[in-house]
Amino acid sequence: MSETTRETMEFDVVIVGGGPSGLAAAIRLRQVAPDASVCLIEKGSEIGAHILSGAVIEPRALEELLPHWREEGAPLNTPVTEEQMLYLTRKGSLEVPFLDRVMPHMSNHGNYITSLGDLCRWLAGRAEELGVEIYPGFAGAEVLVDDGGRVIGVATGDMGVGRDGQPGDNYAPGMELRAKYTLFAEGCRGSLTKQVTAMYNLRKGVDPQTYGLGIKELWEIPKEMHRPGLVQHSFGWPLDDRTYGGAWMYHFGDNLVSYGFVVGLDYPNTWLSPFDEMQRVKLHPAFRPYFEGGRRIAYGARALSEGGIQSIPRLTFPGGALIGDTAGFLNVPKIKGTHTAMKSGMLAAEAVAEALATNRAEPGSYTRRVRDSWLWPELRGVRNIRPAFAKFGMKGGALYSGIDAMLLRGRAPWTLHTRHADNEVLEPASISPKIDYPKPDGKITFDRLSSVFLSSTNHEEDQPVHLKVRNMSLWKTVNWDVFRAPESRYCPAGVYEVADEATDPKLQINAQNCVHCKTCDIKDPTQNIDWATPEGAGGPNYPGGM
Amino acid sequence: MKVLVPVKRVIDYNIKPRVKADGSGVETAGVKMSMNPFDEIAVEEAVRLKEKGVVSEIIAVSIGEAKAQDTLRTAMAMGADRSILVETDVVTEPLAVAKVLKALVEKEKPDLVILGKQAIDDDMNATGQMLAGLLDRPQATFASKVDVADGAVTVTREIDGGAQTIKLALPAIITADLRLNEPRYASLPNIMKARKKPMEKITPADLGVDMTPRLSVISVAEPPERKAGIKLDSAAELVSRLRNEAKVI
Amino acid sequence: MTVLVFLDHEGGVIRQASRSAIAAANRLGDVDVLVTGPDAAAAAKSAAAIPGVKKVLQVTDTTGSSELAEPVAALLAQLADGYTHILATSSATAKNVLPRAAALLDVQPIPDIVAINDADTFVRPIYAGSALATVKSADAKKVITVRASSFEPVAAEGGNAVIEDVALPAGPGGSTFVSTELSKSERPELESARVVVSGGNGMQNEENFKLLEPLADRLGAAIGASRAAVDKGFVSNEYQVGQTGKIVAPELYIAMGISGAIQHLAGMKDSKVIVAVNKDPEAPIFQVADYGIVGDLFTILPQLEAELDKAG
Ligand SMILES: Cc1cc2nc3c(=O)[nH]c(=O)nc-3n(C[C@H](O)[C@H](O)[C@H](O)COP(=O)(O)OP(=O)(O)OC[C@H]3O[C@@H](n4cnc5c(N)ncnc54)[C@H](O)[C@@H]3O)c2cc1C
Ligand SMILES: Cc1cc2nc3c(=O)[nH]c(=O)nc-3n(C[C@H](O)[C@H](O)[C@H](O)COP(=O)(O)OP(=O)(O)OC[C@H]3O[C@@H](n4cnc5c(N)ncnc54)[C@H](O)[C@@H]3O)c2cc1C
Ligand SMILES: Cc1cc2nc3c(=O)[nH]c(=O)nc-3n(C[C@H](O)[C@H](O)[C@H](O)COP(=O)(O)OP(=O)(O)OC[C@H]3O[C@@H](n4cnc5c(N)ncnc54)[C@H](O)[C@@H]3O)c2cc1C
Ligand code: SF4
Repeated sequence: MSETTRETMEFDVVIVGGGPSGLAAAIRLRQVAPDASVCLIEKGSEIGAHILSGAVIEPRALEELLPHWREEGAPLNTPVTEEQMLYLTRKGSLEVPFLDRVMPHMSNHGNYITSLGDLCRWLAGRAEELGVEIYPGFAGAEVLVDDGGRVIGVATGDMGVGRDGQPGDNYAPGMELRAKYTLFAEGCRGSLTKQVTAMYNLRKGVDPQTYGLGIKELWEIPKEMHRPGLVQHSFGWPLDDRTYGGAWMYHFGDNLVSYGFVVGLDYPNTWLSPFDEMQRVKLHPAFRPYFEGGRRIAYGARALSEGGIQSIPRLTFPGGALIGDTAGFLNVPKIKGTHTAMKSGMLAAEAVAEALATNRAEPGSYTRRVRDSWLWPELRGVRNIRPAFAKFGMKGGALYSGIDAMLLRGRAPWTLHTRHADNEVLEPASISPKIDYPKPDGKITFDRLSSVFLSSTNHEEDQPVHLKVRNMSLWKTVNWDVFRAPESRYCPAGVYEVADEATDPKLQINAQNCVHCKTCDIKDPTQNIDWATPEGAGGPNYPGGM
Repeated sequence: MKVLVPVKRVIDYNIKPRVKADGSGVETAGVKMSMNPFDEIAVEEAVRLKEKGVVSEIIAVSIGEAKAQDTLRTAMAMGADRSILVETDVVTEPLAVAKVLKALVEKEKPDLVILGKQAIDDDMNATGQMLAGLLDRPQATFASKVDVADGAVTVTREIDGGAQTIKLALPAIITADLRLNEPRYASLPNIMKARKKPMEKITPADLGVDMTPRLSVISVAEPPERKAGIKLDSAAELVSRLRNEAKVI
Repeated sequence: MTVLVFLDHEGGVIRQASRSAIAAANRLGDVDVLVTGPDAAAAAKSAAAIPGVKKVLQVTDTTGSSELAEPVAALLAQLADGYTHILATSSATAKNVLPRAAALLDVQPIPDIVAINDADTFVRPIYAGSALATVKSADAKKVITVRASSFEPVAAEGGNAVIEDVALPAGPGGSTFVSTELSKSERPELESARVVVSGGNGMQNEENFKLLEPLADRLGAAIGASRAAVDKGFVSNEYQVGQTGKIVAPELYIAMGISGAIQHLAGMKDSKVIVAVNKDPEAPIFQVADYGIVGDLFTILPQLEAELDKAG
């Protein structure tokens, strides 16, 4: 796999990742710099295959990017008509009154429920019409840097390398995509972003990023129960006060329901299983009636960034920039990152167009553009809410966010900080209370493997394991002896299993199941697991509607 | 010598198809589509023949919606030289596809047509045989080995319980089975280059073919779920049940 | 209505699967059958004994031509005049010949049917069995292959049909038969075996996995495995049954120490009879197994062998 065998192609701009941020950047670039050559790569087998979101979408950025989106048939067809925020107890639920005043960030007037994957497929069509070259099925595996320390593009991964690391019969070396500017649009916890962040020390002086894990199911439910436009969120049961999270349920499209559960990855209890929390909440009387007689169509999971503005790193470096959720542009209390991801992509595109014209190495005006746009005040206004939950617990946090919204209106003169990274807060198995989860019933609740089946996940079997454990001996002494293998519970795809538990516990990695949520890369207590890009096109294949 | 390779766009091999709630068919909207895996093998075989210097030109053809262009691009990225899209929104049945292919064979005069043995959507396993029948040309289905020499092709075919070897005079029709080869990846540089290879677009009407299907789909349903059977207490009881009740041993 | 059934036979013995095709044909009308090959005379005799068969057409051929699709398809097309339906069991031979014959008749074939609704309407699996389609044919004649496991075979004895000779027409002549090599391996191939014995994680290691061989020998079975067994190196990956392995549908599938994950079931749930041995009474495999034994497979395995020896 020597570099000399790799072919090279030159572009003005290379974009890594075909989510809303990458696609918006690509479109904006061709709008403002029609002569610039723009290439976008996506590790999923097609655009949308790896996109997992709620999604209630605020059309603000789309409106600015493509003002005629309605006539051009953007798949935003179900306007939000009704909203509920439910506080769950074991058997009951209370609806938070006056939602738009107590939690104004939860107000969804003018927003749409849709599949973000479908929106991305549509955006990709617009981008191609504008002349963007899109190559799905190819992962950016390596950042290319010149001698002067400038990022000059990325290389895609080699294909056809065997499990033993040796090239097989159908070996095809990766390709160097060189560019004047490279935009990293990898979404939450990007793997190349991790490399450039370290290279340029981009996180100096900012709070650690903190994350949540969202696990989602798409259901088709009986028509009588379907209320298109209904948006529900819950908090409270079954999480304890020290754990941030809750369920969502959105009714949209043709009898479709997007249901899922987000857990803050700063949860302390090592026995907690986000997957099983998601399953059991479906049995709560507030949700169960919707699932009766329905059919589960798809399943998936994805981490999201919850650090907010305090955790956004330096955005630019020589030769490129970070955009979207890989930079942490998510409005946490709103649980919305699509409009902010798109906006950041558009602003970066404008900065890159300017840098192209003036031949500057760093598209530095991006940072200023972000500060001058609506993005900044929006994120600044909600900056204390998520940290308040971490600081004061779920109930205290809810109270704080009410006060913040009604009295301070987001203009508190203080800023709460996230002190610890998510991997540092797990507590040992010996002091954590065990959780007894109900067995799946096969109708409303399911096990992990039959769920992964519905993500249509696959990876070429004969390839090196893409989940790299740096030091296997740490697994036994830390993960097993202290925490009793938390990865076997937080991984939503059953990738991590403990073999020979009773005699000689060993970690078994079923890399083929991985849905690319990135949780292990985040939550492993000693950051001993590195998520690397597997062979392109591997991973989930989320269908339309997901 | 010239080879024609028909390639079909189908729901990706990794995706579990979902029957539509109204029973009218299988959901294809927003579902990932790819080249039929047997057709990848057919393309690969043609490319290997070209690499051996036996074949000079490979033409990929697909009959289907405009989106089948993607499949043709993949075929060209794998090594086909040019492609023909026969565009139609009508359901494509093997009989009609074979008629379209016959018209193209008469026009392009390939020495070999290599098809997949079966498309994994409808599992008809018919098009190659039908094309051979319509053209009155020799056929070798389910090929696991292909050797071209002296105006003839020797093919090893997979049959129940073994293999059969036959020799065909060219021009001839071959359908590819799983073991024929392991197809290569369409590499990124080749995908980029394939964007520039020629693609001709025509319609079945241009070829004078009537696509009207002969089969109409009354309904499509999920197969009935298997039911749990009974638990037995001993090996003796199992053997007796297998022998006397299920009659499988 | 009269139906012609193209029969598969092995050295003159009519295969059970072909008797299933006759069962399907009986639902459509009177049945004539066609046998070809060097042993056609013997085959015709067995065919004549099958109850319900009216007439046997025999083509005795020692040139190898009857191994080729071209002349046989031409013969079927020639004979088709007197018949409303042409049927065969879904064998490699029939799949080679029938579509070609259909093309000569300008008919769209209907492969792999699993049910007959009426003379024009049939049910067939699509997407590797993930869905069942009910289709209605507008063709005047129907050319059909039949999934044997869906039709209870008719009896082999009891009938007395007349036998007639027919001759093979000359094909296009471009094709010549060279040889046939039947696989000599002692074990049948996984995908075409009548019985499959599979082992999973419960086999524990490579050594123990070999314990399945004596059982497979007794049943003439192929050996399969779950992915866990392959991943742990008990056997190589060509043994893997499932979503990413081989898809099998034998008459008997025996799962030893396999939990029954959906990805494994995707490769074997169309088996006619499924047997599971597992020590966990809650293992999902029991939800699809016709017969299950809860217990330690290492105890049950030798008992099974002993029982088979006893009775056999
Ligand atoms: C459970 C959940 C619910 C959410 N709900 C909502 C909601 O209701 N409303 C809302 O507005 N937002 C919501 N969000 C947030 C929103 O989905 C994200 O903010 C948004 O998707 C971020 O866009 P992005 O382009 O930055 O990244 P992503 O959407 O994550 O896209 C990144 C893309 O890059 C690809 N990629 C990554 N690395 C590589 C690589 N190395 N090479 C090639 N390709 C690569 C990925 O496969 C992916 O397709 C939710 C998020 C989650 C997880
Ligand atoms: C029950 C039923 C349901 C159907 N539902 C749908 C549906 O929902 N949507 C729909 O579009 N069609 C549908 N069809 C029609 C279907 O598209 C045709 O039956 C199918 O094209 C032919 O079967 P096959 O592809 O399995 O052919 P096979 O004979 O198995 O194909 C063998 C080879 O022929 C070649 N080939 C076949 N078709 C093409 C092609 N179009 N272009 C290039 N090469 C080709 C390939 O090399 C392929 O490997 C349905 C048909 C049936 C019977
Ligand atoms: C994308 C993807 C593709 C996959 N493809 C496949 C595939 O093609 N094929 C496949 O098989 N799997 C596949 N899998 C893996 C599948 O999900 C399961 O992990 C696998 O099938 C488990 O194998 P198993 O049943 O042998 O192991 P386990 O699940 O570990 O089950 C072992 C069973 O043996 C029983 N047992 C143990 N000891 C004994 C004893 N002494 N006596 C009796 N019973 C005992 C246990 O009770 C248990 O039920 C795939 C997974 C994914 C995500
Ligand atoms: S292995 Fe890691 S990235 Fe993959 S699904 Fe599991 S937790 Fe997510």
